[in-house]
Amino acid sequence: MQYMMLFPEPEEKFAERTDTANADAYWAAWMGFIGEMREAGIVVNGAALQGAHAATTIRVRDGQRAVQDGPFADAKEQLGGFVIIEVPGLDEAIRWAEKAPCARYAAVELRPVLPPSGGG
Amino acid sequence: MDAPAASPPATGAPAPHDATQRPGEAAARRAAEAAARLSYGRLVAILAAPTRDVAAAEDALAEAFAAALRVWPVTGVPDRPEAWLVTAARRTLGHGRRADAVRERARSAVALAYEEAAAREADGLPDRRLELLFVCAHPAIDPAARAPLMLQCVLGLDAARIAGAFLVSEAAMAKRLVRAKARIRDAGIAFERPDADDLAARVGDVLSAVYAAYSAAWEMADGASAVAPDLAAEALWLARLVAALMPGEPEALGLLSLLLYCEARRPARRDDAGRFVPLAEQDTRLWVREMVVEAEGLLAAAARCRRFGRFQCEAAIQSVHCHRATTGDTDWPAILRLYDLLLAREPSLGAMVARAAALSSSGDADGALAALRAVGPATVERYQPYWATLADVLARRGERRAAEEARARAARLARDDAVRAFLCARCGT
Repeated sequence: MQYMMLFPEPEEKFAERTDTANADAYWAAWMGFIGEMREAGIVVNGAALQGAHAATTIRVRDGQRAVQDGPFADAKEQLGGFVIIEVPGLDEAIRWAEKAPCARYAAVELRPVLPPSGGG
Repeated sequence: MDAPAASPPATGAPAPHDATQRPGEAAARRAAEAAARLSYGRLVAILAAPTRDVAAAEDALAEAFAAALRVWPVTGVPDRPEAWLVTAARRTLGHGRRADAVRERARSAVALAYEEAAAREADGLPDRRLELLFVCAHPAIDPAARAPLMLQCVLGLDAARIAGAFLVSEAAMAKRLVRAKARIRDAGIAFERPDADDLAARVGDVLSAVYAAYSAAWEMADGASAVAPDLAAEALWLARLVAALMPGEPEALGLLSLLLYCEARRPARRDDAGRFVPLAEQDTRLWVREMVVEAEGLLAAAARCRRFGRFQCEAAIQSVHCHRATTGDTDWPAILRLYDLLLAREPSLGAMVARAAALSSSGDADGALAALRAVGPATVERYQPYWATLADVLARRGERRAAEEARARAARLARDDAVRAFLCARCGT
């Protein structure tokens, strides 16, 4: 089964990415986590995302397009990245999710991927 | 493993007996009812395991039962009715699956291999009820849904019966069950025994859910309907099933022991007029001796495993209470030592209040009051036993007014008319 792991992070964690004092530790933690999953052969896809400051939200209402500066949800934690993994079931996905750095200071969401419809 | 013999559960399967039936129909109906009573959970577990779709399995099984009632009067009851039902239900599920590509993909290679092996199996059908119980109590399932799920999926009870025990409307309970089953199917909760690392915690979750089912039945207004004792019997049956499926697990034995001690005292909980009788005043001759003896045996077997657990400890406390039947007295120091042990390892609001009640009954009203005051005020707002115990303690200390206020509060929170009447009768004394 495929699950998307969503990694919400608070503002201060995004700041660590470019802060000379914390950057090395921040990236080492994430690279270690992703690397372990790659070695286990379970990673289907994934990426880190630019912070919410770089987000743009588009809505179309009554034929009118509105472009907004910022993410679609006004929340204290914003998506920092995602990974799609292939594992036998929820228990295995949970075991991997526990190891994510953001599990300790924010959360990890596991969402099953809908299989593609049609085809064999 | 055979299903436990005691108190077979009622299910939503075949309709009541019709006097105009032909003999073949009667035999078919009896066989179908027997299969439903003894094997419902087993069959659901077998059918749901490959796709994790419990709701579809239940529907397919219901259709299989309907088919049996049409076909068996004509062809005769098969030698192995359960195998017939599984085959018929699988056919229904197969039709569904060919139309549903999503579920097709959910069947892993392992599940397919299992199905083939099961089909080849000469003797009987595999027992996957333990896996079903672990699924119902999975951490990813809303805790409020776990006990209801077990009652429905393993015992075949309908939402109406379950709803009353858990203080929700039938519609709300039906919705809760539908959501939970959808989660099992879609979130990928596997029909497997947990790994060794998770096993202790997961076993605890299963036992807690069974205990929740029993507690819900215990607190039902037993004056209100005949449903409550039945539901308690269903929960007891679940506890027997778990103990049968995990005979080496001391906490499973401990839970069954605990429920047996409690059930044994049921006949003494109400007097002939239906009035509430507190434990200290119960006529011990009304306690069901066979159940107490069985409970003692289970507790001793659990103790031989030499591993402390919450349910064994609670059973031990009930064991001491039941010794009053023999000695005429309650060994309060022993009960207090057991509560201290329980609170040290697995603290809970219920245990804290019960320990305070024990302190009070043993004569230490000051200690009891201190213990009650130590509980955070927010948590006890709606917790009836806290107020009933507080009332008792204050009364012993001669604080009449405060005792009456506490007693009134306990009466308002009581779910049972008989308990409320008992508390009100004591007001003003």
